[in-house]
Parts: sequence; structure tokens; C-alpha cells
Amino acid sequence: MSAILMPKPDQRVLARRDEIIAGLARLVPPASLITAEDERRAYETDALTAYRQIPLAVVLPETTEQVSAVLAFLNQEGVKVVARGAGTSLAGGALPAEDAVVLGVSKMNKVLDIDLPNRTIRVEAGVTNLGVSGAVSHLGFFYAPDPSSQLACTIAGNIAMNSGGAHCLKYGVTTNNVLGVKMVLIDGTVVEIGGPHLDSPGYDLLGLVVGSEGQLGVVTEAMLRILPMAEGARPMLMGFQSAEECGAAVAAIIGSGIIPVAIEYMDRPAIKVCEAFAHAGYPLDVEALLIIEVEGSEAEIEDLIGRITTIAADFNPSNLKVSQSEAESAAIWKGRKSAFGAMGRIADYMCMDGTIPTGQLPRVLTGISEICAGYGLQVANIFHAGDGNLHPLVLFNANQPGELEKAEAAGADILKLCVEVGGCLTGEHGVGVEKRELMIHQFNTIDLDQQMRVKTALDPQWLLNPHKVFPLAARERAVA
Amino acid sequence: MTSILLPESEAELEAIVHEAAASRSPLAIHGGGTRDIGRPVQAARILSTQAMTGITLYEPTELVIAARPGTRLSEIEAALAQNRQRLAFEPIDYRPLLGAHGEPTIGGVTASNASGPRRIQAGAARDHLIGVRAVTGRGETIKSGGRVMKNVTGYDFVKLLAGSWGTLGVMTEVTYKLLPEAETETTLVIEGLSAERAVEAMAAALGTPFEITGAAHIPGAPSRTYLRFEGFAASCSYRAERLRAMLRPFGAAEAVEHADSRAIWRSIRDVEPLRAAHDEVVWRISVKPSDGPAIGAKLAFALDSRLLYDWAGGLVWATAPAKGDGGAEIVRAAVALVGGHATLIRAPFALRAAVPVFQPETAGVAAISKKIKATFDPSGVLNPGRVS
Repeated sequence: MSAILMPKPDQRVLARRDEIIAGLARLVPPASLITAEDERRAYETDALTAYRQIPLAVVLPETTEQVSAVLAFLNQEGVKVVARGAGTSLAGGALPAEDAVVLGVSKMNKVLDIDLPNRTIRVEAGVTNLGVSGAVSHLGFFYAPDPSSQLACTIAGNIAMNSGGAHCLKYGVTTNNVLGVKMVLIDGTVVEIGGPHLDSPGYDLLGLVVGSEGQLGVVTEAMLRILPMAEGARPMLMGFQSAEECGAAVAAIIGSGIIPVAIEYMDRPAIKVCEAFAHAGYPLDVEALLIIEVEGSEAEIEDLIGRITTIAADFNPSNLKVSQSEAESAAIWKGRKSAFGAMGRIADYMCMDGTIPTGQLPRVLTGISEICAGYGLQVANIFHAGDGNLHPLVLFNANQPGELEKAEAAGADILKLCVEVGGCLTGEHGVGVEKRELMIHQFNTIDLDQQMRVKTALDPQWLLNPHKVFPLAARERAVA
Repeated sequence: MTSILLPESEAELEAIVHEAAASRSPLAIHGGGTRDIGRPVQAARILSTQAMTGITLYEPTELVIAARPGTRLSEIEAALAQNRQRLAFEPIDYRPLLGAHGEPTIGGVTASNASGPRRIQAGAARDHLIGVRAVTGRGETIKSGGRVMKNVTGYDFVKLLAGSWGTLGVMTEVTYKLLPEAETETTLVIEGLSAERAVEAMAAALGTPFEITGAAHIPGAPSRTYLRFEGFAASCSYRAERLRAMLRPFGAAEAVEHADSRAIWRSIRDVEPLRAAHDEVVWRISVKPSDGPAIGAKLAFALDSRLLYDWAGGLVWATAPAKGDGGAEIVRAAVALVGGHATLIRAPFALRAAVPVFQPETAGVAAISKKIKATFDPSGVLNPGRVS
């Protein structure tokens, strides 16, 4: 058994399963309703695979109207709903429950409108992150947020979790790149929030919805900001003999007035695994490696790389290498973007996602090593150094009894350390089930109660993705 | 006589709001008093943040600053200038437009979700605010976000409080991320374009990789269209030259640099060209950029509006006569046709009491907003009526 408890399923709902399925069958086409156990099993987990729950049923609506009808019905029947994009959440954000219906947006995957003069694109929420950029790349545009799972993950999931990515140092995260959404509330009401214009008056509901982990409504369409691609981009590699020197170099670069598009950090264990997988030319004899990417014209790139190299020279860098070709650039990024997958080949891992003030980097990295050593576990660090968003991968062997629990305990200690130094539990993955019980370390009762009041106001029965984000005990208090 | 409450600490503020909620005695929330925007608030007492001042955290190497709400924006900007850093969202100073005196505060900047010409590239206050502490209408202090650059822990109340005009909570500390100041800036100026052609030119410019950080058009004789580049000097001149060549079909572009360029954008940011006469009101209209010229033409025809287009045409500032409904019916009808919103930024007290100042929300959005307001301020004591 794992450490995170799941509430007991509602027996009254389980007993009415046939009736609920019959109701759903009246609302969506047959191909949009999945009821057979072996097919439902495909939806039992997400990228936090340690947790599995086979849902009551799965619906895959084709239209906003169908989503509206399904939610209105489930609300009336008092049945829980877990909205699902591509199921790539590392935090268990899309983990079903046995007494819940999974509402997947995968059939709503059309690009609806591209407006180049106004630099916007309107898509159905099931379009993948990369699919958005793909729809405009031939026009010289792209969609900026780029989570590592961008090939698979959907805009719906990106909005739910306010996803980031390696390039958000310059371009911001999802919330900075979404202009509007069409969303269905639990009672079936369809609302449109925002639009192609900027900064609607009234409360920033768009800002509230982004990152609300599917607990306030189901987003079915989104209006996104697209940007012209840079003339060129080039990554460079820079090794350091210590985390301290590496951290100081990052601070000096940013302090100089240069905001690279990305500054990614890998420690020695991560470098080794990623290099073995991607053959990116990463140096194997350094304690810390930075991938720094700059953009612009050829001359601008040369200039920025020159400036960065000069600044970094004070911090004893080694193995300086600037990509010389498209192929080299692709390999450098392949190593980084497939890091989690590469790591998965050698061990099971828990991927943490805390953010810290960047000045605390050396202290926290030492702390992470000590915590993991204390549990007899290994750790590899891969993260966004420019904004202090850490991704320690706590390695363990799932087949060894007790190791998952140890990894979870180590992960929890790491996140508590992040909060202790002025940071937070999650920078871009979301709370999900994974960090639900840790919320009390970042928020007090007053904070949590106010957040839960908003949840209750929009979803009085707590049917939308109910066992996520808030500690179970706190949730009981809110519902009572 | 309206009494003014001046809490010096979060605890004092909590006590005041708690008492106000218990006695259902509304409070008008004031910062520096430079943005008297919105509907007149009906409250016997003013709660001022003027005694809650000071920068509480500034870490230049981490690009982060935090301050109490009554801290003057000028104090923050002076501190940042010492390290060549800035609040990248370029907050408007409403004093010229509103004829206001006093000193803008960081609390006011936040509560109004201020921005400026750089909005199109860098975002508004909401995009740079990373942490907030606030006393809700329940008299309870909540926090959201923190001091780190990326944070998705819990609901994003940072966004909700930015632009809430003091109706959800009274902020007690705000934390912003910063960006380095640009080494220099260059502005290309094209004269004589119609608003339609100007918006086409600006759209073309924003479709290039040259990172335009300002795109505005001021009608007149001649009209002037402005495009701003910021960054290292060599990069600015390179991008300006490339764009100048690309925009040749729109006319010759003159380059203005350094302090002269900064003066242009300060004037556009603060809408100085429309500094209104006493018999004029001023509307702020946000639409998609390509809809800007048609809105402007309608208002110029029907209301004899003087106009300024920012945000590549997406932000239309328009004057209208300060009589009747101040042009509300015409402005709202024009915006309704294309989608967007209009705010009556400047108007006499009586006019702002008579017509909705902010764009009326759709029924669905209004219902959600009302529910959210009720969770933060169930007694309705914070700035009642200001945004209604």
C-alpha cells in the first residue's frame, strides 16, 4: 500500500452504476462511452503510476454541448467527475476514483481558428500542446509553454495545471499565454471567459481557472496567444565543478540583464543517464551542467553567447560548448527533454517539482542529497535553474517492498525543505493527489478554507476532481 | 465628515475589517488617491493603506521585490533603478489623465491591474505579481503565491486579487518579479498613416521576430505610428533596421533613440495626448487589435472623439463629451458588435454614478463573480458598489 490514502468509494454510487451508465448513454454517442473493464483500465492512472483506480465509466464527449449534458446529469445524480486530458500528470491530477466518471477531452481535438494579425489561435481543449505549435509553425509562429510531455499533453491539462516548461523563463507559463476559455460548470452552464482582447474587467476568472486542477469546471475550448518564432536559437553547454559555482553563474548572468530563453541544470547522475540515452555530447566529468539557450539573429546570438561566456568565466566553468548545428542543438535538447524517460529506463522515480528562491540553490541541493541518503535512496537533479523550479528525481525500486514509501517520504521532506527556504511545493506540475497532504506545510487553515470556499461556491457537492489539491481532513471540514 | 482609518499593521487592519464586517459598516479602500476610477463607493469610513509602507524584501539577484501596499511606486522604482531593474509591465500613471495629485502606490497598481504599452509583450501587473497577502472581508489574512518565480500550489488568488479594485481583500503585502532594465531603446516613427494602415503595419511588425515592446498610433496632422525596440544597443539598431526595410510599403520610418524614445512612451503610457478638457470624459476600450480602427472611426463620427491607439490597435483611448450618458450607449454598442470591453476611466462623479463604469459582464460570468465575492466578503463591506 502506498502512503497516500484514497477515500472509500461511495457504495450508493457503485450500486447505481448501471443506471448511471444508461443515463450517460442517452447523452453521448456509443463510441464516446467506455464501460468494459479492460477498456476502463486504460484510464486507471496517469503519469503518477504508483496509484491506480479503475473509474466507474469513461465518457469522451465530442462537443461542448455533450460535456454540458454529461456534467448536468452527473451533478444531478451526485456522481464525481475526473476530467482528463492526455493523462500525463506527474502529480496524479487525472487519477480517477472507483466511484467517479472520467470525462476525457481527447475527441475534442480540432483547431478552430487561427488569427495571425491578432496573433491568436482558438482550439478545442483536447488538442495537444505540440499540436498548437504544429498548426502555426508553417506560418512562422509557435505556442510558448513547452512542458516536457508536450508531444502528448493537452491544452486542457496544461490549463488545469498551469503548465510551464523549459522556455518559460522568457515567455511565461500557461497563465501568461491563455487569453480566453470556454468552460462548462458542474451544473452544465457554459461560460466564456476572456477572449482575443486583453485584461477583461471584473475578477480575473481566467487567472483563477488556470491552475485550478479541473476542480472548478471543464474547459472545452481555449483562445491562446501565439508568438513569432525567433530568427534563430542556439543552446550552449557549460560545466561546473560545484553546484555553488553553477548557481552563482546563473545569478550573475541574469543579474547582468540577460534573460536567456532557457537555463536548464543537470547534476552528475542526471547527466550520465541523459547522455547514455541521447548522446548529446554532455560532459561526464562535471558536477553540474547548464544548458543555456539564447535567441535572435546570428549576430545577436554571437553577442549573447559572448556576454554569457565572459560573465561565467568568473565561476570556473569547463567543457564550454556552443552548438554548431541544428543536429547538435536537437541532440542537446533531446537529452534534456527525454530526461524523465531516460531515467525511467534505469529506475523507478518520483519526480518532485518544488520551486525555491534561486539564492538558496546550493543549500537546497545539499539538503536534497542528505535527505535521500538518509533514506538510502539515490537522487538525480534536473531543473529550470533560471527560475528556481527544481525537479529532483528520487530513484527507487518499485518491486522492492517499502521503497515506494521511502521515496514518497523523501519527496515530502524535499518539498518541506523547499517551503522552509521560502519556496513552494509545486512550480508547474500541480498538487494533484501527490502533494495534497503537504498543503498544510505551505498554507494555514485560513488560507485553505478560503480556497475551499471558492471550490464550494462553484461546485457545491465537490464532484469535480474532488480528492485532489486539498488535504482530505480539510476537505471534510469544507464539505461539512 | 468621513473618518479615515490608518492601520499600521496587518493585525490592526484585520481588527478594523472584522469590526466593519460584524457591524456591516462598509469601508472605502484608499491607497495614494491617484486613480479615482469606478463607481462612487457608498461608505462612511475610508480605510487608507498610507500607514502601511516600506519595501519588505528586495533581492536583485533573484529579481524579486516585496512591499507593503501603501509604498509609493516612486520609492520602488528608485530602489530598482539602483540595480538597473524594473517592473516590466510599465504601469500607467493616471495623474495626468485624471488631473489627480498625490503619489501612486504599489497597492493601487496591483488593485487596478495596471499595465502600459509593454503589455503586449510583457503582460500586465497580474503577470508579474507572484505573491500577495491580503485581509479579506472576513477580517482574515490570506496569502497566495510567494516569492518564487513559478508556483502552482493552490488556487491562483494572486490573479484574482490583481485588478479586484479592493473588493475582495485589502492587500497587506505584494511581491513582484522584476526584469533587468533594457540597455537602450529605439522607436521607429512612421508619419501619415490612417488608423487602418497603422494597425496593419503594427500587426506586420508584431508578426516578425524582432520583439516589439510597444506599438501605438496617434491620429493627428500628421498621424504618427510608433514601434519600440528594447535591449542591447547593437540588437536594437539591427532589429530597427530590419523592420524599417520591411515596413517600407507603409512609408519611411524615422528612428528615435534613448531618452527621446523614452519620452514618447511615457506620454503614450499616461495617455497625455488626450489629457482631457473639463467637458470631456475618457473611455478605455480593449478589443482585438484589428477591431480598433473601426471602433475609433465610429466614436470619432458619433462623439467627435479624440483617439489614441495602443497595444497595436487593441487598446483604444477615446474622449467623449461629458454630457448625457458620456457616450456610454454608443461606446457599448460599438464594442458589443466586435467583442471586448470599455471602461469609463474619467468622468464626473454624477455621470459615474449614473452609468456603468465597467463593462457589464455576461450573465454566466457575473454569476461566478458574485459567488466569489461572497466567499471573500460575505458582508459586502469592501468598496461596495465600486465595480458594479
